[in-house]
Amino acid sequence: MSSREFILTQIRQSCHTERSEAPTVPFFHQDPANIVDKFKQSLIAMGGQIIETDPQDPYKFVKEKIAQSKIICSVVPEILGNRHLTETTEPKELQDIDYGVLRASFGVAETGSICLTEQDLFINTLGYLPQHLIIFLDPKQIVENLHDAYARSEWKQIHYAALHSGPSATADIEGVLIRGAQGVRSLSVLLIE
Amino acid sequence: MEVGLFIPCYMDALEPEVGISTLKLLERFDVNVTYPFDQTCCGQPMTNTGCHKEAEETEKLFVKNFSSFDYIVMPSGSCTNQVRHHFDAIQQTDEVLHVRKNTYDLVEFLHDILKVASFPWANFSHKVAIHYNCNALRGLRHASMSERREPFFSKPKDLLSKVKGIEFVELERPDECCGFGGTFSIFEEGVSAKMGQDKVMDQHRSGAEYVVSADSSCLMHQKGCAMRMGVDLKYAHIAQILNGDLS
Amino acid sequence: MSDLQQEIQPKGAKIKGNKPVNQLEAANRFIAASAHQQMHDQRLWDLRKKRDAQMHLIPEWEELRDLASDIKSHTLDHLADYLEEFERNAKANGVHVHWAKDAQESNQIIAGILKEHDAKNLVKSKSMLGEECLLRQHLEEEGVTVIETDLGERIQQLDKEDPSHVVVPAVHKSRTDVSKVFVKTLNAEEGNNDVHYLATTQRETTRPYILNADAGMTGANFLVAETGAVVVCTNEGNADLSANTPPLHIVTVGIEKIIPKMEHLAVFIRLLSRSALGSPITQYTSYFSGPRKGGEMHVVLVDNGRSTRLASHKFKAGLKCIRCGACMNTCPVFRRSGGLSYGSVYAGPIGLILSPTYNVHKYRNLPFASTLNGSCTNVCPVKINLHEQIFAWRETLAEEKELSLSKRIIMTSLGKLFAHPKAYRMAVQTGDKLLSYLPHFMVYNQLNTWGRQRDIPTPPKETFHSWYAKNYMKKGKADE
Repeated sequence: MSSREFILTQIRQSCHTERSEAPTVPFFHQDPANIVDKFKQSLIAMGGQIIETDPQDPYKFVKEKIAQSKIICSVVPEILGNRHLTETTEPKELQDIDYGVLRASFGVAETGSICLTEQDLFINTLGYLPQHLIIFLDPKQIVENLHDAYARSEWKQIHYAALHSGPSATADIEGVLIRGAQGVRSLSVLLIE
Repeated sequence: MEVGLFIPCYMDALEPEVGISTLKLLERFDVNVTYPFDQTCCGQPMTNTGCHKEAEETEKLFVKNFSSFDYIVMPSGSCTNQVRHHFDAIQQTDEVLHVRKNTYDLVEFLHDILKVASFPWANFSHKVAIHYNCNALRGLRHASMSERREPFFSKPKDLLSKVKGIEFVELERPDECCGFGGTFSIFEEGVSAKMGQDKVMDQHRSGAEYVVSADSSCLMHQKGCAMRMGVDLKYAHIAQILNGDLS
Repeated sequence: MSDLQQEIQPKGAKIKGNKPVNQLEAANRFIAASAHQQMHDQRLWDLRKKRDAQMHLIPEWEELRDLASDIKSHTLDHLADYLEEFERNAKANGVHVHWAKDAQESNQIIAGILKEHDAKNLVKSKSMLGEECLLRQHLEEEGVTVIETDLGERIQQLDKEDPSHVVVPAVHKSRTDVSKVFVKTLNAEEGNNDVHYLATTQRETTRPYILNADAGMTGANFLVAETGAVVVCTNEGNADLSANTPPLHIVTVGIEKIIPKMEHLAVFIRLLSRSALGSPITQYTSYFSGPRKGGEMHVVLVDNGRSTRLASHKFKAGLKCIRCGACMNTCPVFRRSGGLSYGSVYAGPIGLILSPTYNVHKYRNLPFASTLNGSCTNVCPVKINLHEQIFAWRETLAEEKELSLSKRIIMTSLGKLFAHPKAYRMAVQTGDKLLSYLPHFMVYNQLNTWGRQRDIPTPPKETFHSWYAKNYMKKGKADE
């Protein structure tokens, strides 16, 4: 008997023969009116930053942020970077990037999370190897909570996606909070259509 | 109303005054209190050590002593929890079920059954920290629990609020276990004592003069720690306060 | 703090083959290192307080716990069906699915995959299952270099010590303890115990391993049957780096980690980090349902005793555990004794109920490292009745003749004494003054440990029993 058969047979002996339905989960909605403000508060609480927009030039502050940096990899058309990714770029080649600029699929107000799918990332390590991330997020794509988030269609269309809630962090030594443990040191969000 | 009074074994031997306060307090109300003379223990030391079979005869004796009463009352949440939730070593006859169902801790009995409105004879002008025995708190639900999202309530505090003069002080860790734990206090002495010392320091920092609890067992352990540490704190059972025996 | 930085870190339980682990002995050494013990207690209590604060922000908190518990119970009742559904969907996404009945087979499968790809360097994110299977040791024997990428886990790897907590593996160490480890192993500056410096040292020394790894390994917090996906929650982003940088991603996961649907995932993600660390969510909540472009993904489903536990009516609820560590943070015994005192992969309340399922003799003392206070049950996000299971384990140990001799002798004598009122009264009323007044379970043993750190209560003039006889009963009747 294969281990597969062995395990399944073992389990079936203690499983219910009668098939019952899995519990259904409500959406627990509370305050859909306040969603953008709530997102901002939550993101900041998780150590992320909100980039203000200038009415004259919405990208002014983003451009200022990245101006001093050497290597910028942008996969959004609004910002021009100096590192281009191609189909043959190896994931580890992204190691020297200072700023990664990309657009998230959606955001979650409850936790201040943004969802980056493999399509948003182009190469998955773009979410982790750069020192800093700048994320564009359409405020209309912010959902209220994680129940909404996991009801989205993205999950079924991709092989990889991650909710980023602020930058990489650790408190493994004496509980002291450090931003940028293995992943990015900072994560800033620009709310823009 | 016929009430059978159970005095826990450690209280009988070490703190008879708490038993006396309990008896006299109950006698102030419209109840007929009897202390069955052949009582020993609730069986908790054996049951909590896993020795259920060894507790069987003790449980039988308990039921024999108390099955004829309307209510069985004891000044201990921990022993009440044992009778109500863990009397499983014996066959569950009608008598056993009657005893389990009608056994109340003193606080519950005053609060839920007699619904006592006031203790006009009592006066206690002191700063008091309440100590919740874990079995009384999480087993009998004497009060809301800090781990749960539930509205605040506290039966001991409700009762004590009816005594003139008490000022309550809050602990930093209001329902942290003090480390007594029955046989734990003996078998796991090092950890037990450390927990007790930490509890005493929390009480000391709160500014309490008295620590009041519905369980003498925890208090005996805390008092032992406080005395050894040289911390000036007094410990009292809730029955002593409610009966006006301390002031 | 200077005491803490000077004090030597106490080591964990002494393991002697299959002999019962003496948790108390290790706990006493931990308590003796008072600065370490105090830091440990305060740090974990702080996590508990943050957890409480999060709970109060979520009106549906208790409803979420009920749901989480129900979903897990339902899943365990239909575990085989959901595992098959997962396998079907994962395979359709291009994932290779393997089944391992025990630790040994799991290790062999993983070593086999690595060999097939000629992979010599593996980067790994934290996995309790890996600890359970002694995976790292096995792979190292096979010539594979294994690097832990989580900071706490890396510290423990470099110090050749097990993780002391499921979520914060190095919580028992001071910054100086970490500095000493890094000086020895990572060429860190001697005497520099700045936490930022230490964290950066680890980041910079680990990154080359990640970039040059042949394979990456992660555990899994959840498997979603409906989509065939693996969900991993970390704060450092190390799991995403380990999985996405090398061309090969291996996931090792216990079969009980499965949940039916995406809608269920939301419930657990809402509870997990709030319960564990008191943060609303982990910084990264990652979802892998297939290999990345140009990569390969394997999932190893591991039983290792789980199906046996599932058959145990009494102890099957332990399989609901999502490894948040909340029970450890709230446990007053754990906070005083340190996770390494348990001498087992799983420590604290969850360890008390899981460890004996692996080896009842070796871990027979653990269910006694509890006051049965019940706080663990209250914080558990999936509502495992932890303290009731600890209580039930004691009964099982007694039935299986795994109680220590002293406990057995004392309880047998006590049981007899309490069953006979006359003999009991004799014992209370006569004999040595001290003996006569101490509660019996306190003195009825040769240990007589009460008085070591606690004053013995002053014996009263008479017992309640005598007082009652004198004051309430007619003379004569009382002597019957």
